[in-house]
Amino acid sequence: MAKGAIVINTERCKGCGVCIPTCPNKVIALSKKVNSKGYNHLEVQNDNCIGCANCAIVCPDGVITVYRVK
Amino acid sequence: MKKEDIIKPENLVYRRTPVLTDNVMHYCPGCGHGTAHRIVAEVIEEMGIQEKTIGIAPVGCSVLAYNYFDVDMQEAAHGRAPALATAVKRLKPDFFVFSYQGDGDLAAIGTGETIHACNRGENITMIFINNGIYGMTGGQMAPTTLEAMKTSTSPYGRELSMMGNPLKITELLAQLPGTCYVTRQAVHTPALVRRCKRAIRQAFENQKENKGVSFVEIVSNCNSGWKMTPVAANKWLEENMLPYYPLGDIKVSK
Repeated sequence: MAKGAIVINTERCKGCGVCIPTCPNKVIALSKKVNSKGYNHLEVQNDNCIGCANCAIVCPDGVITVYRVK
Repeated sequence: MKKEDIIKPENLVYRRTPVLTDNVMHYCPGCGHGTAHRIVAEVIEEMGIQEKTIGIAPVGCSVLAYNYFDVDMQEAAHGRAPALATAVKRLKPDFFVFSYQGDGDLAAIGTGETIHACNRGENITMIFINNGIYGMTGGQMAPTTLEAMKTSTSPYGRELSMMGNPLKITELLAQLPGTCYVTRQAVHTPALVRRCKRAIRQAFENQKENKGVSFVEIVSNCNSGWKMTPVAANKWLEENMLPYYPLGDIKVSK
C-alpha cells in the first residue's frame, strides 16, 4: 500500500513533464487545469506513491515535496 | 494509510532547499539550469557554508542566478566570471567561491579567462552548463554546437569545413596543470542528478585543501533553442550530445 506522498506547489510548476517518466508507479500526470501563469501543472492521479523522490530530484523548479513513512 | 498520515514533518524526505530564494525561476519549462541551481544550493546547504560562499553569475540565460541563490553573488562581465572569481578568492581565501557559466560565456567570449584561470590553478569551483547553443539570445550557434545541428545562425546544420569543430573545452582544461578535478555530468535523469551532486560536492570540498580549479561540466538541454518539448529534448540530448560529450571524470588528481 501507499507509504509515500508528494505535495505539489502547483503555482510554481511549469508543466514541463520531465518528472513524469521518472515515476516508477505512474503516480503523476499533467492536469487539465492550469495555474495562474497558464501552465498545465502536475497532479497526483493515484495512491501508489512509494516516496522514492525521483520526481522531486529531476524537477528543475523544485515544486515537489516528498514524504515517506519510515 | 491515508495521505494525511503520511504528510507529517517527521516523514519528510525531500523538500526545496532554503539556500534557493522563493523567486520563481525565469528559465523555460524543463531547462536544466533549474536543476543545476538546485543541486549547487543543496551542496551548499549540506556543507553548511551558506554564510561563507560567494557565487559569480555569468552573462547568458543564467545572468539572473543572483536572484535565485541565497548566498552572496557577484555579477561578472560577459565571459569574465573566472577572472572575477580569481579576485574574490584571492581577497577572501577562506570563502568558498564558485562561478556558474554557460557555454556561450565560458567557451566563446570567455575562453581566455577560463584557460588562464585554470592554468594559474586558482582555488575555485567552476560550474559549466553546456547545452550546445546560445539560449538567451535566440538559439544561435555556439562553439559547442554539434556537427549538423540546426541553429538560427546555422539553419542547414553546422558544417565543419566552414564553421569549425565543436569545442571540447573540458578535455582541453584537463590538460592544464592548474586543474585538480575535471568532470562531465548531466542532470536529466534522477540517477545522473545524484551523481552530478556528488561531483559538485567533491568540487567544493577540494577548495578546503587548496588544490586548484575544480571544473564540473553539466551537459544540459535547451528545449526552446532546440525547438523541442522538454522530454523530447532530454531524449535528443542522450542520443546526440552524450556520444560527443561522454559523461564521467576526466581528471582526478590525488
